[in-house]
Amino acid sequence: MRIGFLLNGERVEADAPPTRTLLDWLREERGLTGTKEGCNEGDCGACTVLVTDERGARALNACILFLPQLRGKAVRTVEGIAGPEGALHPVQRAMVDHHGSQCGFCTPGFVVAMAAAHLNGDCDHDAALAGNLCRCTGYAPILRAAEAAAAEPVPDWMRDRPNPDDAPPAGSGGAFLPRSADELAAWYADHPDATLIAGATDVGLWVTKGLRDLPEVAFLSGARDLARIEERDGRLWFGAGATMTEVLEAVRDRFPSWAALIGRYGSAQVRNAATIGGNVANGSPIGDNPPVLLALGARLHLRRGEERRVLPVEDFFLDYGRQDRRPGEFLEGIDVPLSAPGLRVWKVSKRWDQDISAVCGAFDIRVEDGRVVRVRTGFGGMAATPRRARALEAALEGRPWDEATVEAAVPALAEDFRPIDDMRASAAYRLEVAGNLLRRYLHESRGAAVSVRAVRP
Amino acid sequence: MSVHEPAPHDSALLHVTGAARYTDDIPAPAGCLHLAFGLSPVARGRLAALDLGPVRAAPGVVAALAHGDLRRPADVAPVAHDEPLLCDGAIHYLGQPLFVVAATSHRAARRAARLARVEAEEEAPVLTIDDALAAGWRFEEGPRIWQKGDPDAALATAPRRVRGRLEIGGQEHFYLEGQAALAIPGDDGMEVHCSTQHPSEIQHKVADALGLPSAAVRVVVRRMGGGFGGKESQGNHLAVACAVMAEATGRPCRMRYDRDDDMTITGKRHDFRIDYDAGFDAEGRLLAMEVVQYARCGWSQDLSLAVCDRAMLHADNAYLVPHARIVSHRLRTNTQSATAFRGFGGPQGMLGTERLIQHAAHALGLDPGAVRRLNFYPPATGGERSGPGTGTRLRAVHSPALDRSTPYGMEVEDFILHEMTDALLASSDFADRQRAVREWNSGNPVLKRGLAWSPVKFGISFTLSHLNQAGALVHVYRDGSVLLNHGGTEMGQGLHRKVSQVAAARLGIPLDRVRIAATDTARVPNTSATAASSGADLNGMAVQAAADAIRERMARHLAALHQARAEEVVFADGTVRVGADAMSWEEAVDACYLGRVSLSATGFYATPGLEWDRVRGRGRPFFYFAYGCAATEVVLDTLTGESRILRADILHDCGASLNPALDIGQIEGGYVQGAGWLTTEELVWDAKGRLRTHAPATYKIPAFSDRPAIFNVRLWDAANRAETVYRSKAVGEPPLMLGISAFLALSEACAACGPHWPDLQAPATPEAILRAVARARGA
Repeated sequence: MRIGFLLNGERVEADAPPTRTLLDWLREERGLTGTKEGCNEGDCGACTVLVTDERGARALNACILFLPQLRGKAVRTVEGIAGPEGALHPVQRAMVDHHGSQCGFCTPGFVVAMAAAHLNGDCDHDAALAGNLCRCTGYAPILRAAEAAAAEPVPDWMRDRPNPDDAPPAGSGGAFLPRSADELAAWYADHPDATLIAGATDVGLWVTKGLRDLPEVAFLSGARDLARIEERDGRLWFGAGATMTEVLEAVRDRFPSWAALIGRYGSAQVRNAATIGGNVANGSPIGDNPPVLLALGARLHLRRGEERRVLPVEDFFLDYGRQDRRPGEFLEGIDVPLSAPGLRVWKVSKRWDQDISAVCGAFDIRVEDGRVVRVRTGFGGMAATPRRARALEAALEGRPWDEATVEAAVPALAEDFRPIDDMRASAAYRLEVAGNLLRRYLHESRGAAVSVRAVRP
Repeated sequence: MSVHEPAPHDSALLHVTGAARYTDDIPAPAGCLHLAFGLSPVARGRLAALDLGPVRAAPGVVAALAHGDLRRPADVAPVAHDEPLLCDGAIHYLGQPLFVVAATSHRAARRAARLARVEAEEEAPVLTIDDALAAGWRFEEGPRIWQKGDPDAALATAPRRVRGRLEIGGQEHFYLEGQAALAIPGDDGMEVHCSTQHPSEIQHKVADALGLPSAAVRVVVRRMGGGFGGKESQGNHLAVACAVMAEATGRPCRMRYDRDDDMTITGKRHDFRIDYDAGFDAEGRLLAMEVVQYARCGWSQDLSLAVCDRAMLHADNAYLVPHARIVSHRLRTNTQSATAFRGFGGPQGMLGTERLIQHAAHALGLDPGAVRRLNFYPPATGGERSGPGTGTRLRAVHSPALDRSTPYGMEVEDFILHEMTDALLASSDFADRQRAVREWNSGNPVLKRGLAWSPVKFGISFTLSHLNQAGALVHVYRDGSVLLNHGGTEMGQGLHRKVSQVAAARLGIPLDRVRIAATDTARVPNTSATAASSGADLNGMAVQAAADAIRERMARHLAALHQARAEEVVFADGTVRVGADAMSWEEAVDACYLGRVSLSATGFYATPGLEWDRVRGRGRPFFYFAYGCAATEVVLDTLTGESRILRADILHDCGASLNPALDIGQIEGGYVQGAGWLTTEELVWDAKGRLRTHAPATYKIPAFSDRPAIFNVRLWDAANRAETVYRSKAVGEPPLMLGISAFLALSEACAACGPHWPDLQAPATPEAILRAVARARGA
């Protein structure tokens, strides 16, 4: 199919199958080999590109970005980060001056990710660069470079102004690009076997690793009404197409613990693509959001054609790889209460950033007059689906909020869960840590330091 | 002078603009085919049937070859000729290449490679160290055993005895650029572009596979996107496959591994088990030790014998051991063939002994740092020493009878860790922080801090002595520009920059007059791998020799022109002075050209004084030692085992640094890579022998925020006592072992949780830490 967008400031039209990745197209069709393939699954950042649309500019991984997702947008690769006359961008100059490259293979991805953060005035380098792996430098000189470049002005050429109306309409050829939820609903009801692609951070791997052909696909990112975040009927509504970056902003003040978790969800590049709907609808037992949504008592809004239904999130996950979603039905949105001061969620993984949980535990515990008056939990990595720990909840509810209650309740987790051994952790570790997260809750509520990341050197 | 200056990497500008070209960035020649391997789905057995019909019928496929289709048997092993390119019937590991397919695109080749009908008669695989010991699967006839003194007697009479076991996980290289090769058939033979640390070996393996003389195979490497040892032998497979397929089809062939294939096919750092038994006196003086090292070598020999030798050679680390026995088992298993990885066995050997010392300090109730210092080798005497704190500290320094011999009989003559440690402990405020950590821990029920320092003494030279040679080729063109070739490869370490600094310094010209060409077997033959940290030591000296030869010829000619003596001709700052006369470098070059002086020279270097019997474990395997020390502070969570490095202070010895910026880069990067090996990086195989951690989704190298929050790195800038290039020292591998201090600090933090020995195992994942915390508490 034909897809028009801006590439390093120039209008281009790609003619390619809908699941052609931007990375392959850049390298194989355009000879733009500065963008590197490091892992082909969105975990290393060597293929980072800058994409600008009406929502702003952001870093994305080109290896799991399909061309139709770029329609009407502007793409800037490392070749477009330096100025028209070859003038170096401040982050490039700083990377040279501070010896930020060694083998140089990760460098283009770093440069683009740094330029994206620089463009957006983002000085949280740990967050902006968590998705870029470097095996040579130990990151120290890259941080020095990022800090040195922060005060420099953004070069003019970095401000792309794509006009989506300029782009030629996407040609047909196996892909549907709905402009609204209604369009999607009507089409999907007739094409229930199609694959829905929102951010492609999961489906991308079906193509790059599974080498699958996806005969019929719909790209949802053009349906902006699917991406709204707003208060509706006394609850907070997340359109299924809201990216995790957008969700992070929306929950930063309301649910700080959830926001902290999202800060470790993939990387900036992944959060800029991945959607909350995709994270729930794919049903993974180790998705980051479902434990929180379980603890919050979230409701899922499913739609097929004009038919809608509302489902408590815990009823959605039926079994491993199986969800309560009917043919032609899609997740339109998720709502949660407006606040939950007792919400705490923690993910435990081998690496802090950009890792998948061995265990993720979320707790919404309400204590009144020293007693637990209400508790809801959600766990990931403990079973074939994300699940509440109902035995644990029962063991806590109505009891005094103290060590004795917690110690008496923790063994109930063994009734709730029989986790497995895998490469992330053993079953015994998972069970022990799940209980320890409740202990952490208690320690924290009493003022003890519980986060290694909060410790100052 | 251009040496000792912090000049940026030679390709820095190309790196940041995306213009630096790696093997897979070379534009495809017309008609180029793309290759992929079909991999074994089982770890051990016989390949009963292999039907490539569906592969050949797949879209875009041009050819598919199995072992029986090859014109000649093709082998890809670096040493032992025990790795057929494609499975010859015996399946040795899960992921072993069974066949190779060539197609019109990378994706078409990968898809087709999954379509073969494979019938394997599966046998129970030998996967673990225990499996291999039970099956008696090993390389060499039995364990290697080296001995100094009488360890049995000394252990038997030692007042205190410490015994333990440490399991040490392997490590995936995770070079950001995966393995890649491109072969272009031509009328003169085969030209191969390959991401390899060892172009000469690729040349030999390709020539052997094609039945060609080496002279008909040319291998070119401009740069690698990281190597770390993982491209010393592991690129052979791709290069040979491309060459064989290029010959079979008459078309250029290229191949790159998808990351999952790369991790599934290629070898990694050896995982080790180390059993130790040591005798001490009550003050912590090490009287004797027996260290038994079990290395899991995987299915083929690869470089394992040399890796295991180096592990034995570093079992002393910085410590004088009066009586020692070091035993090394090289075990064969149905897993990827473990290979070179930065440190090459040294890190495992060193970690075992650092652990032994820490364990002894715990058992004896002593400060581990005090035990370390008490057992240091005697300080260097005489020779050229400089730098702060060279005052002697140990008793009997001047005693001629002082034992300074390693367990392998080499005298340690250049030991500078006493003064380096003084400086590190002072600059890192170690003692005060140690007290502060204890105090902090007493007030924190959930989190615990740990602080530890450790030394590194790393032997520099290939232990296969003949590899310690290098060649260079320097051309001076008539416009005064200089083209530099040498046998070393650029993998990010800045080797090309360092040797160009040497050339510029020798010729007295600005650095920008020197251009570096790709490493090319057609220009410099018979090179050794760029490995063993030797790149700048060997190639820098070879370049120096070549540049000096040209300079001397020019000086002779210019002296004759100006009726002066050749010694009076001075090359400096782009100017050549002959007595009172001065001319620009360019004028001098042109004058020499017109005088029919050869402006091209080769240079050669061979490290002097090496003598090594690896079977007996006696001799002088190393030219010198490189030193370093690091102090690391960590914090861990006793509820989850999560941890974090809070601060690292490093003092590292690069001799008189050729380029302090590049050297600091190697140290920072080496430390983080070493700390990653011992913390987040965990390789997991399942019971079938399938590597479950075969992508960055599951194998976790340190990410941006994992660097130490405070990271102080300084050079111990004192001239090497050995006559190295500008008295610098090798820097590639030694800093990796500074990361051991992070592991030791985690162990200290675990020990702060209870009175018992925590027995932390490596890598210190959250799960391993949680177990160690439980042991410390006696649970």
